[in-house]
Amino acid sequence: MSAFLGFKPALLWTDALLLLLVVAVLLVVRHIRRHEHLAAPWRKVALSRAGMVSATVLMVFATIGLLDSMHYRPELPREPGAPAGAVRYAVEMRSLLDHLLDPLPVQVETSYSAPLATQAFNKTSMESDSGTVRDYPRLKFGGAHLSDSNTQWATDISARVLRGTLWGLATGLAILLFAAFVRGPAQALSRLFRWLVGNGDDAVHCVAWTVLALSVLGGAVATLAQGYHVFGTDKVGQDVLYQILKSIRTALVIGTLTTLVTLPIGVVLGIAAGYFRGWIDDVIQYLYTTLNSIPGVLLIAAAVLMTQVFMDTHPEAFETVTERADFRLLFLCLILGITSWTGLARLLRGETLKLRELEYVQAAQAFGVSSAAIIGRHIVPNVMHIILISLVMDFSGLVLAEAVLSYVGVGVDPSMISFGTMINSARLEMAREPMVWWALAAAFVVMFVLVLAANLFADAVRDALDPRTRVRGVA
Amino acid sequence: MSDSVLRVSDLDVDLHLGGKRVRAVAGVGLEIRRGETFALLGESGCGKSMTALALMRLLPDVAGIAGGQVRLDDEDILQRPEALMRELRGRRMAMIFQEPMLSLNPVMTIGDQIGEVLTGHLGLSGAAARTRTIELLTAVGIADPQRRIREYPFQLSGGMKQRVMIAMALAGEPELLIADEPTTALDVTIQAQVLDLLRRLQAERGMSLLLITHDLGVVANMAHQVAVMYAGQVVESGSCEQVLQRPRHPYTRLLLTALPEITGSNQQLATIPGQVPPLDGGIAGCRFAPRCAWVRDDCRSRAPVWQGELRDGVRCPHVAELAPLPEQLREPMARPLHVGPPLLQVQDVQVHFPIRAGLLQRQVGAVKAVDGVNLAIAAGQTLALVGESGCGKTTVGKAIVRLNRLTAGDIRYAGQPWASLDGEALRRQRSQVQIVFQDPYASLDPRMRVADILMEGMASLGVGGSSAERLARVDRLLDQVGLPAAARWRYPHEFSGGQRQRIAIARALAVEPKLIVCDEPTSALDVSVQAQILNLLRDLQTELGVAYLLISHNLSVVEYLAHEVAVMYLGRIVEQGEAKAVLKRPQHPYTQALLSAIPRVDVARQPQRIQLNGELPSPADPPTGCHFNPRCAHADRLCRQEYPPVTVADGREVRCHHIVQTGGAYVPAPLKPALGGDDAISKLPQGPA
Amino acid sequence: MAGMATQGDGERGGGVINYIIRRVLYALPILIGVNLITFALFFVVNTPEDMARMQLGMKRVTPEAIERWKAERGYDKPLVFDASKQGVHTVTETIFFEKSAAMFALDFGQADDGRDIASEIAKRAGPSLAIALPVFVVGLMTMVSVALLMVFFRATYVDAGGVVLCVALMSISALFYIIAGQWLVAKVWRLVPISGFADGGDALRFLLLPVLIGVVSGIGSGARWYRTLFLEEINREYVRTARAKGLSELQVLFRHVLRNGLIPILTASVAAIPLLFMGSLLTESFFGIPGLGSYTIDAINHQDFAVVRSMVFLGSALYIVGLVLTDISYTWADPRVRLE
Repeated sequence: MSAFLGFKPALLWTDALLLLLVVAVLLVVRHIRRHEHLAAPWRKVALSRAGMVSATVLMVFATIGLLDSMHYRPELPREPGAPAGAVRYAVEMRSLLDHLLDPLPVQVETSYSAPLATQAFNKTSMESDSGTVRDYPRLKFGGAHLSDSNTQWATDISARVLRGTLWGLATGLAILLFAAFVRGPAQALSRLFRWLVGNGDDAVHCVAWTVLALSVLGGAVATLAQGYHVFGTDKVGQDVLYQILKSIRTALVIGTLTTLVTLPIGVVLGIAAGYFRGWIDDVIQYLYTTLNSIPGVLLIAAAVLMTQVFMDTHPEAFETVTERADFRLLFLCLILGITSWTGLARLLRGETLKLRELEYVQAAQAFGVSSAAIIGRHIVPNVMHIILISLVMDFSGLVLAEAVLSYVGVGVDPSMISFGTMINSARLEMAREPMVWWALAAAFVVMFVLVLAANLFADAVRDALDPRTRVRGVA
Repeated sequence: MSDSVLRVSDLDVDLHLGGKRVRAVAGVGLEIRRGETFALLGESGCGKSMTALALMRLLPDVAGIAGGQVRLDDEDILQRPEALMRELRGRRMAMIFQEPMLSLNPVMTIGDQIGEVLTGHLGLSGAAARTRTIELLTAVGIADPQRRIREYPFQLSGGMKQRVMIAMALAGEPELLIADEPTTALDVTIQAQVLDLLRRLQAERGMSLLLITHDLGVVANMAHQVAVMYAGQVVESGSCEQVLQRPRHPYTRLLLTALPEITGSNQQLATIPGQVPPLDGGIAGCRFAPRCAWVRDDCRSRAPVWQGELRDGVRCPHVAELAPLPEQLREPMARPLHVGPPLLQVQDVQVHFPIRAGLLQRQVGAVKAVDGVNLAIAAGQTLALVGESGCGKTTVGKAIVRLNRLTAGDIRYAGQPWASLDGEALRRQRSQVQIVFQDPYASLDPRMRVADILMEGMASLGVGGSSAERLARVDRLLDQVGLPAAARWRYPHEFSGGQRQRIAIARALAVEPKLIVCDEPTSALDVSVQAQILNLLRDLQTELGVAYLLISHNLSVVEYLAHEVAVMYLGRIVEQGEAKAVLKRPQHPYTQALLSAIPRVDVARQPQRIQLNGELPSPADPPTGCHFNPRCAHADRLCRQEYPPVTVADGREVRCHHIVQTGGAYVPAPLKPALGGDDAISKLPQGPA
Repeated sequence: MAGMATQGDGERGGGVINYIIRRVLYALPILIGVNLITFALFFVVNTPEDMARMQLGMKRVTPEAIERWKAERGYDKPLVFDASKQGVHTVTETIFFEKSAAMFALDFGQADDGRDIASEIAKRAGPSLAIALPVFVVGLMTMVSVALLMVFFRATYVDAGGVVLCVALMSISALFYIIAGQWLVAKVWRLVPISGFADGGDALRFLLLPVLIGVVSGIGSGARWYRTLFLEEINREYVRTARAKGLSELQVLFRHVLRNGLIPILTASVAAIPLLFMGSLLTESFFGIPGLGSYTIDAINHQDFAVVRSMVFLGSALYIVGLVLTDISYTWADPRVRLE
């Protein structure tokens, strides 16, 4: 716990871009809140139960990811004899999440152990009073506080679950009370009560119970994690829960930063092709057909292989392993973005072709308004829903793609923890007898929850924003 | 009653919209007799289409029948299970719809689509079905049916598609044909053909026809019996003569006086203020009370009950006590002025759109949308450009506003070059000529507030001074077009169609133009709203001295607004002159046919129909000689060889060989009845007789 | 523009052929573009020098070893232009001409293990197709059936449940389907071998599981998409006309909705057919099937640039064939395209 005495903030490239993205999202949210006609469709999202519950789940993931994106370098203990002013910082970075999870990252066992186990998964030869025996050794950290693991384990687990549940419940209620208070200090308690017992159709009601459920789950896992490896450990004894939590950031970075590349290219080229037509359209169409025609995985593979060559031939460019992995992650986002803007551009081109013939655009042309102003004032705001829908729809696909790419070996750096690298390193364990299933299961389940939440949220957003789905019911 | 085919009583239809329940049809009662044409008349959103779909039990998923009876002969068909309902649909009751383009399956041949009915209901198949299909197509006037049965809907024109729809409906030999706005999507001359066909088939087969329409002229020409719907209820019912000649309900009366054809161009049109009330419950009194000119206190609190018979009654307790509406006279239309150079002059303008084909996409031809048009618009006056869809009139309008490129010819504005301006020079002049579009929903950017919409042009063209002054100008403009100043911070979707069109007019006025191109400014609007816009356009012209180029296919609108008329056919102008002269004594055979095709409300003034053969040819491949010759009853060898030169006859320019031959006094078909003087526009009686 | 529709009977036959020739000609510059991109990616971004250094290990590598590595693979020539040669040889004896342009003639060169890439591709296409084709056919039929079922029961709990299930299925990683399928079917139930491949009739037992997994993993997104397409059709006015004729719901669905809804489905599927040759990277590597997918994965893992480059080119060429086939299938499936 001595690490927090002093530290130096450190900013990775992806941290900076993620921060930029958060700021951009906040600005957009503020803009939308100020304009009634922009806010109206989002209020429909707020009425969707599936949409709001999944948004709540996504918020939890986002919080974990953001905590893991605030990096710093801890101060090293002063060497004896060093001058008083000279403070040295560790080379390796830690994130706020690492700090909060302490000591989980460093509680490394020797090898595999099952979830909540007190003993290792494999027998080893141990010296004991009666000579050398082969037995399952006690773990260094998992259940180490128990003097007799056989008798005390069950009661300890139950006690911890109960304690964690109560803690979680209290925390959840506190969060809800705070939210109720923010909505209006008066009658905060009665509002909270309404939220909890409200009728089943109410999205707020569902969100309130989701918050409670997640808090209870979080509380139970947290209390258990203080004494056990909740999801077990992997081959090198690393805690699986810790890896899962670290994987979340990687998934979020891939899912969101890619859009930073996709968005400008797709929007500019798509709208330009649709608005100006003629040779500009021809060139842009040629560009995206050509790019589209290269199978995505292969283009990514080729590009990543080439980055690998670059990184291997320029080792001096990267100070630490973290920076190197971060560069590769960023590059992966870039190349994913370059291969995935074509869909957005095609959609926008089609829509712009329709919009430019609309009469309000022609009215603007009759006023001599310049093309740039027409695009900015009339076209972009009217294709915004397409942009937003395609952004949220892309997210889940990118998270899934990361796993596959990392499995194929052209994803993130092997030293970076991600769902893909976890699955890749754990897949051979399925063949073991008895099977080591927990790392794979944990990775798949958490990834499923994240992707499902993203998909459901995307559906809610599309239903609310897409004018076609909006009128379908009435026609 | 034994001769009643369909008897509807207390029919309720509910719409479920986003958790809200809206009663779209409330207590409708109708009785349709054997062999009669029954018109269900109403403006958009009154529930007439919902009623029709409810009769067939074909309501969309969001709607449902909430109560009532529909008796076909003596059986309440609402009680039938869905499986048995299928035996009725297409067999005893058939239906045709508004959009023939969308109502046929695009990937099935005509023959297969008609054959489905024959197989399903009459058990015909193979050669028998084929023979019957050909008979049906012949009966609806489709030439070469042997070939057509193998064709797909996209290979047919709009009018032919509607004929195929009718053939399909007839295939099951139904007792009742429900036609939901069957001609609204068609051009006037095609509409006349289809209406003739329906009338003939109905008489031949003794079939009953339920005609759903918003068009009073169609009702007058087709119906025996009429029911008028307003806000989900039938407000008046009676024989056609009764309802149209001696309307009783305030709504029917106002609707008729809102028609320029009835009121005449020397009067302010009657308008119905406000809008149809929302139907999601909570209407205590009469649904028309908020808009009624004769409203009394008890109207707002007590819902009126039906007075009289089912087939001859009215939903208003005060009909006996209604005073006639006061007439509001206008300045009569001035005669066209042509002193000095015209404000805008169009000389031999051509706009061609290239057709590309072949391996290298070379230009192999051109759609000659506009092919040599001459026009002159005088300052402060209205020139109407009249023609059917596809004749090129909108292209002319856009060329004048410089929204598309001329292929040849010249346009001069106030004697100065106009078509050749570009870049900054064009931008400086753009404020002179502005445009108002047809569709008030597509012509306003949904993401912009009204003030921003009005100020966009001012900012771009540097009109209106500082931004504070511009804002003040926005208020003035809104006032001018009859909208409250509070409208300026609202978004277009908060306004109705008529209000949006007012905003669009204000947007054009914002830059102080001398000429506004009005492209079908009222064709997307209901009659009562159309009247408001027509009044507004007239008032603005008197007030501001702005000139209009009115592009329209609606001749009664033209009659109300225009000083001069130019009739366009296939990219060229065939007749041009003073409005009254052209509309009263048309010279060109096409103008005559066009005028005769418009269904008049006052059937006594309906000219004898001049049947036009076929439909508008392709502007990519116009006929040689006179473009009109393949459809003209008077065409001879000369017409097929040479395009006719301009002849000045009876004070207007006409392009017809026959005018030359007869020395300018050519009147081929007698117009019936003989017309009196220019101002002899007879008015219908206002009150009950 | 009424009246324009009925013209042009005489040009129909020639029109379609012209159209197809035009599409094929249009495909050519795209293939050239792909070729240039791969060339830039493999030879310009990083020089053959860099590749050699990486392959031979970073630390102790002599310039001679690098030269030998380059010479063995023919990478010792200038990139695009050799001023020291005469005539056409200034252009032909370059890396671009021999390594990139040659691919147009299906000359892919040699892999790092010395085998001829072209013959390797020919050999491996069969096993790839043996999996990809059944997955494609069975998958398409399953997805259309599931989608139709949901549409038939639209606005009921069957439909709502189906959609939720589809979203759940498409939220599961493809890796999970494979790993869980292998574990359950092959290891626990022991119904089929875990992995491997054999020729002839024996292949069936090896193919069963990968095909099943391929079909299941695609159902979620496919069925959901087709459902939207069918629903879009079912709200069109011609469907109302069909009901007004007195057709039953099943007749409406199969005779009218399916026929129109299948047009976008068929044409989108046709685009995918040529790419079936490329096989599936994941399935083939997990099941040890000697197809082009596993070939590609092995090449990526061994950093065999020649093979990766060839597969990029092959994939693009097949994609473009798919584009042309899509256009042709449109003219076949949709009379509006065929006859206009």
